[in-house]
Amino acid sequence: MTKRGVHDMGGDAAGPIDRHEHEPSLAERRIDAMMLLMRDQKRHLWLTDENRRTIESMAPGDYEAAGYYERWLHALRGLLVEKGVLTEAEISERLAAVRARYDAAEPTA
Amino acid sequence: MTHDDHGDEHHDHDHGHPHDHGPFQPDLKEPSEDWEFLEIALRELLIDKGVITAREVEDKIEEWDGKVPENGAKVVARAWLDPAFKKRLLADGNKAVAELGFEFPGLKLVVIENTSKVHNVIVCTLCSCYPRALLGLPPLWYKSREYRSRTVREPRAVLREFGTDLADSVEVRVVDSTADCRFLVLPRRPDGTDGWNEEHLAKLVTRDSMIGTALALTPQGERSS
Repeated sequence: MTKRGVHDMGGDAAGPIDRHEHEPSLAERRIDAMMLLMRDQKRHLWLTDENRRTIESMAPGDYEAAGYYERWLHALRGLLVEKGVLTEAEISERLAAVRARYDAAEPTA
Repeated sequence: MTHDDHGDEHHDHDHGHPHDHGPFQPDLKEPSEDWEFLEIALRELLIDKGVITAREVEDKIEEWDGKVPENGAKVVARAWLDPAFKKRLLADGNKAVAELGFEFPGLKLVVIENTSKVHNVIVCTLCSCYPRALLGLPPLWYKSREYRSRTVREPRAVLREFGTDLADSVEVRVVDSTADCRFLVLPRRPDGTDGWNEEHLAKLVTRDSMIGTALALTPQGERSS
């Protein structure tokens, strides 16, 4: 029998559903927007199924720990590198710069 | 219930209507999580390289902010009033919603009807496939492990958690969505709404009634179980 993927959870036992409403944050809506732009007719960088493949092949611990849009961001990063749009080095460098910028702006109490 | 960070109802009471921001824009939350910094880094790089523009991101967000459950409610209310439209809607969802100006590009839309004998509820066990073009972004619970896991195994228990208690004589059908095929539930028209116009009827059609976790509201605008 084929081993079930981490995403294949239909029928599993689980606890009560948290039915709180959640207004998507600006960061979440930006991730959503970027993902749609990458797949639109103008760019057409990849297909929905490639998103799914990237998310569904996450390590089980990472998949469970990540929020929904964190998984999307993981797919975005992975596919941008895979398609040669960005390099891991560029991403790491920019990530460090963004962090440094916000750290510098932090008010000193 | 341990998650208190998801738009707590008590919180909303303190601030009036959640969309009513008053005269001042709230300060944007500073990024603090790893993924929030990564979102900024990727967006900046894509803009710098000319892959996207900041304007395109803003426009896309605005486009999706306009996709709200009220759109699905218009489709349902039309189907309640116009039997010929309902027939077309159940036969070919994409074509029928296009009559009302709603696009469903690249995906198949299947509308399934709830009756006195059969109650349908939709889920996506594998991810979060949802009729987004008609209902907007899915609620958090739709994407949760609990909803995805349990709905196909114990749908009546799940429905009870949503306050929807169906008679044993009603058959419950769970429909599992896919990346290529999205379902929308056509809820039952509430009794006591004879003679109502489309706009009036649409107000009884909630997001959850089109997912199937709830029934349409009563004529008094209350939840029914």
